[in-house]
Amino acid sequence: MEVPLFLRGIVVITGKNMRLYYTKPPVLMFGLLFPLFMFFAFFVGRHLDLTTFFPAFLAMMLFFTASSVGPLITPWEKREKTYERLLSYPVTQDSIILGDVVAGAVFGIGISLLVWIASIFFVPVVVTNWGLFVLAFILGTLSCAALGALLASPASDSPPNVMILSNLIRFPLIFISGIFVPLQQMEGWALTLAYCSPLTYLVDLFNAAMSGRSVFSPLFDCTVLFVVSVVFIIVARVIQKRNMMKGM
Amino acid sequence: MDAIRAEHLKKTFGSVSAVDDVHLSVKEGEIFGFLGPNGAGKTTTIRLLTGVLTPDAGTVQINGIDIHRHPLDAKMQMGVIPENSTVYGDLSAEQNLQLSGKMYGMPRALREKRINEILLRLGLSDKRRNLVRTFSKGMKQRVSIACAIIHRPHVLFLDEPTSGLDVQSRRLVIETIHDMNEQGSTIFLTTHNIEEANTLCQKVSIINKGKIVAQDSPERLKKMFDTTQSVEVSFDRTVTRDLFAMEGILRAEPCGDKWRLYTDNPDLVLKYLVGRAERESIGITSLSTSGPSLEEAFVQITECI
Repeated sequence: MEVPLFLRGIVVITGKNMRLYYTKPPVLMFGLLFPLFMFFAFFVGRHLDLTTFFPAFLAMMLFFTASSVGPLITPWEKREKTYERLLSYPVTQDSIILGDVVAGAVFGIGISLLVWIASIFFVPVVVTNWGLFVLAFILGTLSCAALGALLASPASDSPPNVMILSNLIRFPLIFISGIFVPLQQMEGWALTLAYCSPLTYLVDLFNAAMSGRSVFSPLFDCTVLFVVSVVFIIVARVIQKRNMMKGM
Repeated sequence: MDAIRAEHLKKTFGSVSAVDDVHLSVKEGEIFGFLGPNGAGKTTTIRLLTGVLTPDAGTVQINGIDIHRHPLDAKMQMGVIPENSTVYGDLSAEQNLQLSGKMYGMPRALREKRINEILLRLGLSDKRRNLVRTFSKGMKQRVSIACAIIHRPHVLFLDEPTSGLDVQSRRLVIETIHDMNEQGSTIFLTTHNIEEANTLCQKVSIINKGKIVAQDSPERLKKMFDTTQSVEVSFDRTVTRDLFAMEGILRAEPCGDKWRLYTDNPDLVLKYLVGRAERESIGITSLSTSGPSLEEAFVQITECI
């Protein structure tokens, strides 16, 4: 009986998150407007080859959208005191975390797909490997949404504080992950930092799917993205369990 | 079988022992009151019983299901009304109930039927599509109760359900508790409103500094801890405490426009008051006696620990 209940909990929590949090100002600001502003700031008017940079832009869009929902949900619910009621329903903390991850992933996929479809009319982007393209979407949203859930884990009931923390981590990542400067042009410590960012592997996977050129093998990119997703979820789970033991 | 059974329940936060070796057993169909002063451990205990918090030690069973081994099955048996109103303000009353029903896996048709029933019962039918954040505290509490009882739980936990409510909302909450109990639900109620516990509960447990210090029916507790009775009297003019200087009156307390006189011998006090009032030409406007109060027992129990 517990497994169907567990899965139902995830589905209902995802639905609740989609209804309640997709239109919250911090999600719209940091999930939609920021990546667009970054696009205008760095790509428009600089005579860059948009076809070359489009996979990186798509990865950035997906990163911002998928990771913007998760950090908001738990602090918001703790502040509004709905978190305790949520825990008293037939759900576990795991179903709450996974419900948050799926809600972030669906938001990321939805918005990024819309951006990609709209871009087809303006930028001559091609997809050379549809299988990798779909995998990049799925693994990319999963890992970014899992990062969002991890960022929501600190024992805080203040959404602004968690959003600040999440941006302190998310913004540096876009500068070290081969989005504005291709990985091939990086060297030294910048390259070492790039290797540490999961976003690097998402950008690389989109490059492999769209232009056929990548630094790592797509299998390696997929493995890294999958492993970091699992690690983010496990760490979020451990932190949230510890918070609950402390009564927060 | 007990509807709720907790054994050796312990929870510490840092160096503070919030719940210390608590044993509880609540029989099926019982209304059980859990009393204690602020900070005694009531809310922590209810959080442990409902699986919101994990205990450091001990077990909790709801209808025989261990909540920490099988949390989902155990939570299906219960409805919880946490302290403060905790429903989603950005959803309407109906949407909150829909969400609750989905959480308990209720089929759509049954959900709709129950939502209509409950909203009507709790006087929220005409506000069903309004956002909860526009509601008053009493209305929010009614939505909170509706969310917890939508699936007709076997066990209903209420943490301070009437705290801060107006008279109408308070009455509605108490009627709903009675209704649920009549339909077979076991009720676990935390409160620091002693009068509420006295009139509602068949059994009460008193917690102080994390420990259960007394557990019995309200009547037995009153007898066990206090034989003092009281006489309430009011006069047609203001009187001073000196009027009550007699041996049989243990304590005299002003109580609104009345005086409450604590005594072991109410007969003697009544005679004394009537005689004294006659001698001094003071009119008695009301005079009544009452037995030992649960409040007195509660104060004695929690003060002597």
